[in-house]
Amino acid sequence: MTLTVYLFAGARDLAGSDALAVDLPAGATVAQLLAELRQRVPALAGLLSRSAVAVNHDFAPAQQVLSASDEVAIIPPVSGG
Amino acid sequence: MVRLTRDVIDYQALTESVRDPHCGAIALFLGTVRELTGDHRTVFLDYEAYAPMAERKMAEIEAELGRRWPVARVALVHRLGRLSVGEVSVAVAVSCPHRAEAFEACRFAIDTLKELVPIWKKENAPDGTGEWVHQSVQPNPEQKQSESARGR
Repeated sequence: MTLTVYLFAGARDLAGSDALAVDLPAGATVAQLLAELRQRVPALAGLLSRSAVAVNHDFAPAQQVLSASDEVAIIPPVSGG
Repeated sequence: MVRLTRDVIDYQALTESVRDPHCGAIALFLGTVRELTGDHRTVFLDYEAYAPMAERKMAEIEAELGRRWPVARVALVHRLGRLSVGEVSVAVAVSCPHRAEAFEACRFAIDTLKELVPIWKKENAPDGTGEWVHQSVQPNPEQKQSESARGR
């Protein structure tokens, strides 16, 4: 399956794009997505280790299984307020 | 009521919007753009959000306030885009029967917003450089659930 992963703020600047298409095997987890992103965009690795992953607008644990219809985003440490 | 906006936050209108005949207290918190963070001078901030998730998380904060305190009305507004020093970036207005609960609920709302809502600021310095602020460490979602289960 191919997922579109949305990037914001510093993550977007490091990747040079606000969205990445990522190919993953069916049944892949959030942890596998992160591993794939680290390999594909090494510049993101440091920030990814401090970021959360959102699936369908909610924080997702590392073991959550992804499906092709999910909306996925990397959430770097937030700084609103 | 929760909202993201690119317009100036009318905090007087926001305060009026939470007035309620059963309430003897309104707590209003305003976050404003600070010029100095340590030795670093900021000339303006750029705010951006993952809007659909930010609105969802803000609505969850509003719902949580209603579970924990006898809150009558809540207004939670965050501004996006470019803000100059001194401008209001976030406003929280809460009405309750008494002041203690109004202060507590208002503080919980702004603290939780700063911890969980996907909004980011970029500090822009006088020399034209800018840097996204990514200082906090994201909560582990499972840890987050257990924290809210036992109450903070």
